[in-house]
Amino acid sequence: MSERVRRGTERSVRGLFPGQWQWSPGMVLGSLILLFFGLMALLSTLLAPYDPTRIPEGLQGFSLLPPRGDHWFGTDLLGRDLLSRVLYGARISLLVGIVVELVVTPIGVIIGLFAGYFGGRMDSVLMRTTDAVMAFPALVLAIALTAVLEQPGLLSVIIVLTAVRWTTVARLVRVQVLSLREAEHIAAIVALGAGKGRIIFRHLLPNCLAPILVAMTFGVASNILSEAGLGFLGLGIQPPMVSWGSLLAEGVVYLTAKPWLCVFPGLAITCTVLGFHVLGDGLRDVLDPRLRS
Amino acid sequence: MRRYVLSRCGQAVPVLFGVTLITFLLTHVALGDPVRAMMGQRADPEVVARIRAEYGLDKPLWHRYALYMGKLLVGDLGYSYRQGRPVSETLAERLPATVRLAVAAMVVALVFGMTAGIVAAVRHNTGVDLLMMTLSLLGISTPVFWLGMMLILLFAVSLGWFPISGYGDGAFGHLVLPALTLGALQAGYIARMTRSALLEVLRQEYVRTARAKGLKERVVILKHGLRNGILPILTLAGIGLGDLLVGAPLTETVFGWPGLGRLLVAAVGNRDLPVVLGATLLFALIYLGANLVVDLAYALVDPRVRLAE
Repeated sequence: MSERVRRGTERSVRGLFPGQWQWSPGMVLGSLILLFFGLMALLSTLLAPYDPTRIPEGLQGFSLLPPRGDHWFGTDLLGRDLLSRVLYGARISLLVGIVVELVVTPIGVIIGLFAGYFGGRMDSVLMRTTDAVMAFPALVLAIALTAVLEQPGLLSVIIVLTAVRWTTVARLVRVQVLSLREAEHIAAIVALGAGKGRIIFRHLLPNCLAPILVAMTFGVASNILSEAGLGFLGLGIQPPMVSWGSLLAEGVVYLTAKPWLCVFPGLAITCTVLGFHVLGDGLRDVLDPRLRS
Repeated sequence: MRRYVLSRCGQAVPVLFGVTLITFLLTHVALGDPVRAMMGQRADPEVVARIRAEYGLDKPLWHRYALYMGKLLVGDLGYSYRQGRPVSETLAERLPATVRLAVAAMVVALVFGMTAGIVAAVRHNTGVDLLMMTLSLLGISTPVFWLGMMLILLFAVSLGWFPISGYGDGAFGHLVLPALTLGALQAGYIARMTRSALLEVLRQEYVRTARAKGLKERVVILKHGLRNGILPILTLAGIGLGDLLVGAPLTETVFGWPGLGRLLVAAVGNRDLPVVLGATLLFALIYLGANLVVDLAYALVDPRVRLAE
């Protein structure tokens, strides 16, 4: 294999590792925000001042307390500490956001690679299927699927979001492959007689990694918002498990009288999603030279 | 142009086919046996068999899909379990409220988004730019329904400017908060897009020429800059309609807005599957229709699009 071809592929892969990056301000800020919420989720058992599901004795004295010294975020109807619940909620919300993205990305990548590389009938079938799924507003299809799956819960949320969210990556990868197919170093590899599998996985895929990574960052943000939406509609995580979305569903009943029940979980979602967006913007600035001004 | 219109409409056909196939399959996974679902486990087997034959449920899957399509073509979406009347009637009743909200939200998004984007581009790399971009980033990061709650707390509860929720027989005051809520996300995207499109255009030489011949800055920005940068913004607004529809179930639930989204959510709660799937299909059709219109409009404005085909 020619030296130039090999270097072309290697560079695009190596470019994905931190040592090679120039850290943009967006990446630093985004990473810091996410580090904060990530630690919050990982250490929730240590950090939470109370058991998030514990209903205190003498309930009357603890129900719906506004934020104060011993309950920073206040308490809910059953006297449970809201700060502890938000901390535990971080685990589920981030888990769903990240797991869904980790499942969806390989599916989308494979579909996109195949559609883009083989073209023809394979491309039409795969892309018309993608178009059909994308024709449904994602949350609407997710709601309909939840209705079909009968039992809402952690697993159903992950399944439903996976079913509606693979399309973005599939499209992205396909477009990328279509333009790469014409590139010089790919043509060189074809001319050298490399097999299909080798071309697809050793040469096309590595060249798609940068945009995929950016899309994943935005994807997690989108998944967290979708989980919150489903949870808010009562179609997501079910008690006793807590996520930020389900906390909002519980809190909205008291919106006007006890606003803190909604303010804090919502702030947590907004800040986390903001973190992913800032990180994604920063990554894109670094990884996509065309957008650099 | 005519060839472009025909080919673009032709492209929509397989997608439409796929969409109906998805809702059809969902119906079948969901219902398993719709007659059992309707009549319960203790129904007389003979009656069940008769009804199954009547509805064609003893036929193979492709046959049933053909039947389903045949019904769809005449607007028959089946009967609501709960309301005991045609699903199409229920949907038709709820559609206007959703359309009204979506249009109002789009106006909000375009007005706020483009203004913020233009201001940010004109004051590029200043505090104003940073402020506008931070606001738009917040717009795309805030969960739609949570923003709605916070707007209710601020403008309805604390300040008392607008009603907390409800349709109010179409009174304008009731529309303001839901439209702001639903439009915020799109406003954020449009602001970012407007800014980058305008910055791109303002670097062009004809803009320098315009400035050099002494035109007012306002004319340069609006006539030379924006007019040439507006196409990507319009496309984004078209795609954004899909996001508005995504937000509809959430926004309508927060504000008690009697639209399709709330109908969908309520139907899921009631396990009223014909309504769930009917509403889902309708959402997809609106989305496809809107994208078709945007593409055609795009081709009308920009000849390059239709020539590329």
